[in-house]
Amino acid sequence: MHSTISRRDALLATGFGGLLMPASLSHAQPARPTEIKVGVVTILSGPASVFGVPGRNAAEMLFEEINRAGGIGGVPVRAIFVDEGPGVEHTLGEIRRLVQNERVDLLLSSISSGSCLACTPVAEELKKPVLLWDCGTQRIFEERSYEYAFRTQANATPEVLAPLLYTLKRKPNLRSVAVINQDYAWGRDSWEIWKTGMDALRPGVRVAAELFPRFNSTDFSTEITRLLALRPEVIFTTSWGGELDTFIKQAAERRLFERSTLVMPLAESSLERVGHALPPGHFIGARGDHWHLHPNPADPAKLRGFVENYRRRFNAWPIYPTHHMYQAISAMRTAYAKALETTGGAWPSDAQLARAFHGLEFDSLTSRIKIRPDGQGLEPQLIGTTVRSGDLPFPVMNDMVIYPPELITAPVGQKSVDWLKTLTPDFLNRAPG
Amino acid sequence: MAEWFADNGLLLGLALLDGLAYAALVFMVAVGLNLVFGVLRILNVAHGSLFAIGGYTAASLGAFAAARGLPDWMALPVLLLAAVIVGGIAGPLIERFLLRRIYSEEPVLQLLVTFALFMILEDVQKLVWGVQPLHHDAAMRWLGTVDVPFGTDVIPFTAYQLYVLPGVALITLVGLAWFLRRTLTGRVIVAVTTDREAATAMGIDAKKIFLLTFTFGAGLAALGGALASPTAALVPGVGAGTMVLSFAVVATAGLGQVEGAAIAALMIGLGRSIAVYFLPEAEVLVPYIIMVGVLLVRPNGLFGVTETRRI
Repeated sequence: MHSTISRRDALLATGFGGLLMPASLSHAQPARPTEIKVGVVTILSGPASVFGVPGRNAAEMLFEEINRAGGIGGVPVRAIFVDEGPGVEHTLGEIRRLVQNERVDLLLSSISSGSCLACTPVAEELKKPVLLWDCGTQRIFEERSYEYAFRTQANATPEVLAPLLYTLKRKPNLRSVAVINQDYAWGRDSWEIWKTGMDALRPGVRVAAELFPRFNSTDFSTEITRLLALRPEVIFTTSWGGELDTFIKQAAERRLFERSTLVMPLAESSLERVGHALPPGHFIGARGDHWHLHPNPADPAKLRGFVENYRRRFNAWPIYPTHHMYQAISAMRTAYAKALETTGGAWPSDAQLARAFHGLEFDSLTSRIKIRPDGQGLEPQLIGTTVRSGDLPFPVMNDMVIYPPELITAPVGQKSVDWLKTLTPDFLNRAPG
Repeated sequence: MAEWFADNGLLLGLALLDGLAYAALVFMVAVGLNLVFGVLRILNVAHGSLFAIGGYTAASLGAFAAARGLPDWMALPVLLLAAVIVGGIAGPLIERFLLRRIYSEEPVLQLLVTFALFMILEDVQKLVWGVQPLHHDAAMRWLGTVDVPFGTDVIPFTAYQLYVLPGVALITLVGLAWFLRRTLTGRVIVAVTTDREAATAMGIDAKKIFLLTFTFGAGLAALGGALASPTAALVPGVGAGTMVLSFAVVATAGLGQVEGAAIAALMIGLGRSIAVYFLPEAEVLVPYIIMVGVLLVRPNGLFGVTETRRI
């Protein structure tokens, strides 16, 4: 049997090896590309496209602005959008296609927590940097560690804990709470966070009703009747999109807002659509420290410019997913600049780009966000109370409080629910508001 | 038992009021689906899309009427107008150019074709109305609310929910029963439903009946969507959710049964409402538990009849 390798075999093996070996596995510094390809996973179909389409709009607008300014490191950026609406299996296939066929340089993924939970390990396996640009589940970095995955915004824990603190500060004698959430992971998880935090911070508050209507419900009449009859002091709902709009309109018509205070951490995204059906005096959030009428942006001109450009182009106010997209793209730009500086101007490999995200600080439209060692972004949370606006045909927020992320995010290495159980009523005294 | 009713009787009363309105909406959609299946023998998956398009059209027409300064009460006839427009245009188009080509095909192919139509119409909705939720509640607001006594308290219900929805459903049920039993066209439809071969052998123009029935069924779906539009935001996918529930009603009732659809819708509507009050965790499951329970006892549905297989 021949055991020697001919010169032709060696050449062939080297050639095929070079072709087949992904750039991320080779130690050679990649050449400067002709474009930076970014795979953007967002929801373009189904009910959650109310968030996915504004996210895509923001990405298109921002990438055009980047390219007009000369690109990143002189290289133009191109987005390849994929729809995660058809479900997790479809999205997983799209992630592999983006990485292996389209050979994207970076992934921005995704809106659905289910997609994030399924796709992040795949991106890690493919050694492709991925920015979790909108999904909320806190489980990602609490259940596993990643080298290539980073979240450029907060997670569900601060997004729910902030409105809870806001509510407890304003209702020192709170006795009863009811919940009406969509019957899926986010609806159930957000209630668990609220309930765990509430039991720790204000033990003894009675849960009057736990209602989880079918996801995509179009009628909440029965639930509203139940809530009207029970008269809980506070009603918590993390519903969103058309379902939140429907609930607000039906509840307003039947005077539910006169009997209970509604706490709606995602209602910023519905304000324009529901208009003054949402009356003054109810607590709302925006899934982060962003809003087009933010009370204290670090750079007012930058926020104003973004809002005006978005309105001019899409004839709508930018809602929270557009801010989350801005944050992801800002993080991407900052990380490339950092990586290029580290490599002395040579184009960074995937691993070098991923390393640049560790501990990265970047600008949002209102403040600065830091990525923790575990990959989780530290973003403040803005909560306010609805009030009628003289100029706008929809309610706005006043009595706004911005909660610092270090206070309301579970520390690195701790699971949110376990951490929430350790909070004491004294924690409330340390919170602003 | 008597003690339970003493404690919960008032709540049960509220649940019945809620269930009635919900059942009315479900009935409007399911009865059209059932009628179409009864005559054409095609399970039209795109029925949910017609519901959605009816809703979107009603909301658009309502917004147009409001922008033109028309009086508020016009919001109500606009709902009916939307159903007539959608049923009158989409119904004949779909029947004439799509369904007529597949009547003799295998049921599975018919199902796939209507499913494809459903997917196309979902995208058409997004192209025309976008993805942002659309809501026009002028009809509900114009009618105002009614305070229903609840012990020493009162519970506000919308008059639209309390009177309009059950009222329209009742008129539809009675009107449909009268039409099918008392008019010549109705009797012809019943004849085709009962025995298509015998009816055509007697000289009935089945093509004409199919076109009429499908248009009528499409109009009922659109009317269901139009009636839902003042209370619900319209979003992509709204047709799919309605469709699934309608299938549960049709399966419970027995395919092709009009009165059966009314009773099944009532069972499912009331069952769901009672669950929200007394067993909220089961709210999503109740319609399907009722369906499975009925099918276990009566495999052809409440009013379905076993067909003799012809060789």
